[in-house]
Amino acid sequence: MSEFKVAPANASAGVKLLTWVDNRFPATKLWKEHLSEYYAPKNFNFWYFFGSLALLVLVIQIVTGIFLVMHYKPDATLAFASVEYIMRDVPWGWLVRYMHSTGASAFFIVVYLHMFRGFLYGSYRKPRELVWIFGCAIFLCLMGEAFMGYLLPWGQMSYWGAQVIVNLFSAIPFVGPDLALMIRGDYVVSDATLNRFFSFHVIAIPLILLGLVVAHVIALHEVGSNNPDGVEIKANKDENGIPRDGIPFHPYYSVHDLMGVAGFLILFSVVVFFWPEGGGYFLESNNFIPADSLKTPPHIAPVWYFTPFYSMLRATTDEMKPVFAIAIALATLLGLLKGRFGSAGKAVMVVAAVLVIAGLFRLDAKFWGVVVMGGSVLILFFMPWLDRSPVKSIRYRPGWHMAIYAVFVVTFLILGWLGTQPPAPIKNIVSQVGTVLYFGFFLLMPWWSQQGTFKPVPDRVTFHAH
Amino acid sequence: MKKETLMKRFIVGVLVALSFCGAASAQEGGPAWDKFPMERVTDQAALQHGAKLFVNYCLNCHQASYMRYNRMHDIGLTDDQIKSNLLFAGEKVGDLMKTSLAPQDAKAFFGTVPPDLSVIARSRSGPNGSGADYLYTYLRSFYRDETRPTGWNNHVFPNVGMPNVLWELQGTQRAEIEDEKGENGQVEHVFKGFRMESPGTRSAAEYNADVADLVAYLQWMSEPAQNFRVKLGVWVLIFLGVFWVFCWRLNAAYWKDVK
Repeated sequence: MSEFKVAPANASAGVKLLTWVDNRFPATKLWKEHLSEYYAPKNFNFWYFFGSLALLVLVIQIVTGIFLVMHYKPDATLAFASVEYIMRDVPWGWLVRYMHSTGASAFFIVVYLHMFRGFLYGSYRKPRELVWIFGCAIFLCLMGEAFMGYLLPWGQMSYWGAQVIVNLFSAIPFVGPDLALMIRGDYVVSDATLNRFFSFHVIAIPLILLGLVVAHVIALHEVGSNNPDGVEIKANKDENGIPRDGIPFHPYYSVHDLMGVAGFLILFSVVVFFWPEGGGYFLESNNFIPADSLKTPPHIAPVWYFTPFYSMLRATTDEMKPVFAIAIALATLLGLLKGRFGSAGKAVMVVAAVLVIAGLFRLDAKFWGVVVMGGSVLILFFMPWLDRSPVKSIRYRPGWHMAIYAVFVVTFLILGWLGTQPPAPIKNIVSQVGTVLYFGFFLLMPWWSQQGTFKPVPDRVTFHAH
Repeated sequence: MKKETLMKRFIVGVLVALSFCGAASAQEGGPAWDKFPMERVTDQAALQHGAKLFVNYCLNCHQASYMRYNRMHDIGLTDDQIKSNLLFAGEKVGDLMKTSLAPQDAKAFFGTVPPDLSVIARSRSGPNGSGADYLYTYLRSFYRDETRPTGWNNHVFPNVGMPNVLWELQGTQRAEIEDEKGENGQVEHVFKGFRMESPGTRSAAEYNADVADLVAYLQWMSEPAQNFRVKLGVWVLIFLGVFWVFCWRLNAAYWKDVK
């Protein structure tokens, strides 16, 4: 504990109160460490708005969520009607509901852009691995939160989407059917499922999410922010120990982010007030039909933000098995020839590869689809170790690295679009190629990220005064 | 400067690739839907006429159980007007719009319980158009078909359980269906259009206008706040636009000293 301070006798009441608090709680210390004396690189660009915007959307979702829970009924016979009650009879209910439904999609847009910023500038590289991993955990929580929240309106798409996704768990060998039963609490998606999803959506996952957000920010403030040049600003400090390329987060970035907030709110309001259904992507038309366990809709698709991963699940058919087998065999061969493993390690590798390839052909393609879908998300956690580029930022990497990123982004978007579409032969082939490209991007990254001619990284950040 | 061109090339590349994706998405099947005249949703006279048609023709079998009668204040009706024109069975003006047809009877008459119409306009949008487009087409596509239990069929919803309740207004029409040889030699029933059999009390143009009013009402009822939402949205955007300018100048004022 720091020593006890006494405010001067002629100090104002406000200063005296703050001194009283500071002697008991680190208010001023926290303010300084995280805002007024947290030094952020001064060369942040457009991409750096999305972190604070994600926090804003989180607050929007929590506040609107609190008011929705006041009127929503988590009961299979009442849920659908209670949502329409909110839309019609609750004063301003329509606004609160549209902010929440638009906020769900906005969250994913903002988070995808935030993550892509990390790709561009190597924000996950040492020493920011934990910042990245906490962020990936937040993304996982967000997916769970969105999936369970989507059941609550109890429309046809809510119901059948949940049915399809929960059934995926039953593809897991041995424990699958029991696991699916445990998730649903029933043999089909029912009132029991609705109640537990409601509980998870409003209490369990938000608690974890908030804890992870705090961990994400604390870890970030411990190591300091990266920047578009990928230069460590802490390596160059002035006589007071302040980074020469850093500026206090408050007021410089608080006013800067406020501008981002205003811009975001304009786009957000355009959707909320003029386009709340988001062309059928934010609110699906089928979801205005109450859930009916006896009428399966002809075409079931998850909401747009899950569709890239869903596409990869659907792409994993029996004809993909040889492709995966060859990929695993080649990777093992490469590991044996190039990897620096002992003979025991090599033996383990060969046994593991043989077991996986055997399992590939023995087990149902549906199970491997689940593995591929899960793997496509979990692989993000390994970015800090997959990227072996000698420089962090794309600015100093070979130009064709940017082309690889472009191919990756296009692949991701096309997979997303295909996931909204009913299956068709050509689309399935495209999604299979997309799956290979998606995994190729990550799994070959240790190789391609080292190739090419890298430009020299400057000592100081590039900054042009406004 | 180099970085900016890099980012521009990246964005252009992504957009070009995606435009191929858009070109690949062709229209889905089914008969085309006629375009609903959307301006009627803000026309109070049209909405009031639609409400009257809805109560007289639809509410006997369907219900709109999330909608209260007195919400029609928003389309310019007073409690007294609602009571004297739209309430026939002793309902209160604050009641939900329920039907008196019991579900088990409906099942016996039509083979299915007619769907609730509160949000029907929002639930029917699809690749061929909006939910209102669908309803506008659907309500004008009934034709006589003696093979159906009700004597009616529908071109956009084949073998629908619902008969043409508006036949007095529209008159009766038949579908011209010709058999043609398909690509692989199979016989295909090709729809060639409707032929009016006996006229109704309204001319074709008047009937189209009636259906447009009814669909306008259904569209409005699917989200009664929608007209207010759009009006409010304009003010919200004006406010945020001004707010953004202040934020922009505030930011510039702070950053002008950062070298």
